[in-house]
Amino acid sequence: MKIKSILLAAVSVAALASSAIAEGHGKLKVGMITTLSGGGAGLGIDVRDGFMLAIKESGNDNVEVVIEDDQQKPDIAVQLADKMIQSEKVDVMTGIIWSNLAMAVVPSAVAQGKFYLSPNAGPSALAGKACNPNYFNVAWQNDNLHEAAGAYATEAGLKNSFIMAPNYPAGQDALNGYKRFYKGELAGEVFTKLGQTDYAAEIAQIRASGADSVYFFLPGGMGISFMKQYAGSGVDIPLIGPAFSFDQGILQAVGDAALGVKNTSQWGKDLDNETNVAFVKTFQAEYGRLPSLYASQGFDTANLLLSAMGKADVKDADAFRAALKEADFKSTRGDFSFGNNNHPIQDIYVREVIKEGDVFTNKIIGTALKDHADAFATECDM
Amino acid sequence: MSTVLIIEQILNGLQFGVMLFLMAAGLTLIFGVMGLINLAHGSLYMVGAFAAAAVAASTGSFLLALAASLAAAAIVGAVVELVVIRRLYDRDHLDQVLATFALILIFSESTRWLFGSFPLFLDVPKALSGTVTLPGGIAYSSYRLMIILVGVAVAIGLFLLISKTRIGMRIRAGENDREMIGALGVDISKLYTLVFALGAALAGLSGALVGAIQSVQVGMGEPVLILAFVVIVIGGIGSIKGALVGALLVGLTDTLGRVMLPLFFANFMEQSSATSVGSSLASMSIYILMAAVLIFKPTGLFGRA
Amino acid sequence: MISERFLNYTVALLILGMALGAWVMDEPFLITLTTKAVILALAGVGLNLALGQGGLISLGHAAFFGLGGYAMGVLASHAQNFTPIMETPFLIEGTNSMPIIWLVAIVVSSFFAFVIGLFSLRTSGVYFIMVTLAFGQMLYYFSISWPAYGGEDGLSIYVRNSFPGLNTLDPIQFFGICFVVLMVVIYGVNRLTHSSFGLALNGARQNAQRIRTVGLNPFKIQLIAFTISGAITGLAGALFADLNRFISPTMFSWQTSGEIMVFIILGGVARLYGPVVGAALFILLEHWLGGLSEFWHIYLGVILLSVVLFARGGLIGALSKKENADA
Repeated sequence: MKIKSILLAAVSVAALASSAIAEGHGKLKVGMITTLSGGGAGLGIDVRDGFMLAIKESGNDNVEVVIEDDQQKPDIAVQLADKMIQSEKVDVMTGIIWSNLAMAVVPSAVAQGKFYLSPNAGPSALAGKACNPNYFNVAWQNDNLHEAAGAYATEAGLKNSFIMAPNYPAGQDALNGYKRFYKGELAGEVFTKLGQTDYAAEIAQIRASGADSVYFFLPGGMGISFMKQYAGSGVDIPLIGPAFSFDQGILQAVGDAALGVKNTSQWGKDLDNETNVAFVKTFQAEYGRLPSLYASQGFDTANLLLSAMGKADVKDADAFRAALKEADFKSTRGDFSFGNNNHPIQDIYVREVIKEGDVFTNKIIGTALKDHADAFATECDM
Repeated sequence: MSTVLIIEQILNGLQFGVMLFLMAAGLTLIFGVMGLINLAHGSLYMVGAFAAAAVAASTGSFLLALAASLAAAAIVGAVVELVVIRRLYDRDHLDQVLATFALILIFSESTRWLFGSFPLFLDVPKALSGTVTLPGGIAYSSYRLMIILVGVAVAIGLFLLISKTRIGMRIRAGENDREMIGALGVDISKLYTLVFALGAALAGLSGALVGAIQSVQVGMGEPVLILAFVVIVIGGIGSIKGALVGALLVGLTDTLGRVMLPLFFANFMEQSSATSVGSSLASMSIYILMAAVLIFKPTGLFGRA
Repeated sequence: MISERFLNYTVALLILGMALGAWVMDEPFLITLTTKAVILALAGVGLNLALGQGGLISLGHAAFFGLGGYAMGVLASHAQNFTPIMETPFLIEGTNSMPIIWLVAIVVSSFFAFVIGLFSLRTSGVYFIMVTLAFGQMLYYFSISWPAYGGEDGLSIYVRNSFPGLNTLDPIQFFGICFVVLMVVIYGVNRLTHSSFGLALNGARQNAQRIRTVGLNPFKIQLIAFTISGAITGLAGALFADLNRFISPTMFSWQTSGEIMVFIILGGVARLYGPVVGAALFILLEHWLGGLSEFWHIYLGVILLSVVLFARGGLIGALSKKENADA
């Protein structure tokens, strides 16, 4: 067995030298744990669909994908991870949407020698002290989009921001990320209850605060509620947010209330590069809806995996790891590379919500941060 | 904090309370008359919101959407009562909790199966989308003001229905002595279906009203359900008056707690930890209120022993 | 007709056989699943003492399950990071020894059960259901917003805690530990329910007045039962945390309370092995139905509903053809 893998590695080096033969290597089994039921299912479905589209387009039938639904519950995710590793014997894992689920699954999975490619969720611990050579984040470190929003606010000359997020770790990280790049004053800082749906009290505080901008991080249904109520309140202080509250699935539920809002994202459907144009077109043809940033992340994750498969066999962990680290794939985001902690170094854009015909969507209006890495990379000793 | 801001926050608390009252009234009525704990009440709230969103999307009329929410929730409520709920009246609370817990699972996933996983769109009508200026120069959302008025109207309507009409008489009789009213020749099963459908319609209406300013999605009913239970337990189960008082108490405690507690803690600790400690305590405040009420009045404020 | 006692032995042997069979066939995941069923059964056995024997319908037992879990999480995370839990007034170190963690979990959850019971038992009926729910929700929101141990993100423990003489990372050995704990607790609960205390508890449920006339205090009896019940569920929480090597506020959520209650109903209220059968069945359904359809909750709901409506006395009741448990 050992001899065989050394041989394979030798073959793969040879293959690399003579322009890779994409399917010259062994089979690879992917375990995807993602959220397919319950309130947060929209995100998981997009990641899955983006991922499977890339696999399908590649025509590579050496990849086998096992998909399971974590119901957005950490204990289910842990159990599925055990199943993937113990019973399905997968080589690579991916798919988790939520940071708390990722923290439950990733550390023990990589400790057992599996590769994990994160298509969403980048908790700071995994980027910093708890970084691991087998963990690759293909989306962003959690703070990135918030940092970009802070940078945008500073550049736009905003001096007095009111900032708001739910009272849980990702919410606290969000506000810290914003403050890291925002140089003005704070008109107010509010933590709301996780899952809160009525924001009348906070909107009244915003109205009274005299702020010149409002930065908010309210993922999922919380953001929909807030924006609708904000639009009806008559307060017209401009809003800024991360892309999570403005993705394709959510915008249609918010409607006119979101028009004109600036948000930060590492991807937009109008990014003008060959891969992205083709991706948006084929995704729409395949699934009958516009892709969201989650779909683009799923798509990129699968392409990263395919690129590594073309260079090394997964049984040769060192070679496969090196192949992943090269990030030699065509990303929908254009330039993409990994930093020392296996987290992306990428541009983060500012988008504006617009209406195209009947569909609400985003248009890129500028770049907030160029080649941005995360703040925790220095804590990672890799 | 300025007086204007405080008044606005009190209005917000009232509006939240009124919303909870619509949910809690049905719940407490069903408990009072039939002695049933209905965990699936939140699902009827969701049914109302989805029906409203679907009708608003196809007709564009908010009034039709509200009517649809009432009708859909009432019909679904009546069907559920006929098929499942009526088998539970003579069971103990445990069976009722479990059976209606099962109904939540069925309703939530069926809705997701029908409408998909993405939130639906439902917006406030154009006429109510702005603000009105109240005496004292307070700009307040017209839609929220409308909700307060609807809630007050429903409260008055319910009091009249129960104290002045024939049906109300039967409902009161049913609360007092279930066997006797049957013996007097009232068709008790019809009355039960009616009461259940009425409670369901109120839940559906509140789902549609709230759906327009929040998000219409699967699972939206459960957080409200828990709050509605807190309300009726504080007020005393079975009492409409208790539900009204409880709802306003919970609405005001929650809203004012969220605003005041961080400010209060800021007096003697640094800003960011005050925000965090205050918000944490605020998220627990209504449960603390409920526990406190029950410790001093084990059957709620207006409950009968 | 099958006697309930025979049924109980069969169930225990089936679970043991399942794990051993999976071990022989080298299917570690099956062992993990069986272990999960055993731990959840233990949580159910705890609730069943209050709910079945005592008639105390608690919708807040997730509080104790979560406290047990956090007892494990807090102790083990400090041991993992080599930081003391507190230094003043005296030094408390973290630990990764299972027996100590169990002891702490039991002490902490029984203390909370005592306090919660002290307040909640003043009420009865629906009010009791709701006030226990309120206490559960308080702890839930507290655990979300308390940042020291991960808040909403929860807390990962990278290595399973140790038990003297055993390798707990080996699935079959960890299963063995949990199975023995469950059997010991069931034995203890069985002794307790057949003791004079158990009879008094049953009496307090059926007719508190009669208990009072023979000079016993029903409040005190119920409080003791509620405390023991919380302690058992807390122990299950600590084991569950060790199974997953992860804790999060989900353990405190009201849905967790509901699920523990579901085990009891599925199996049969107040029956010794009711929660065991229920938990096993629940895990089986979850995996079988979860594989069939994305919308498996619908089927789960229908099955639950049918059990409540048509199989009174739960599965054990249906199999032993007796609606009421032997008191």
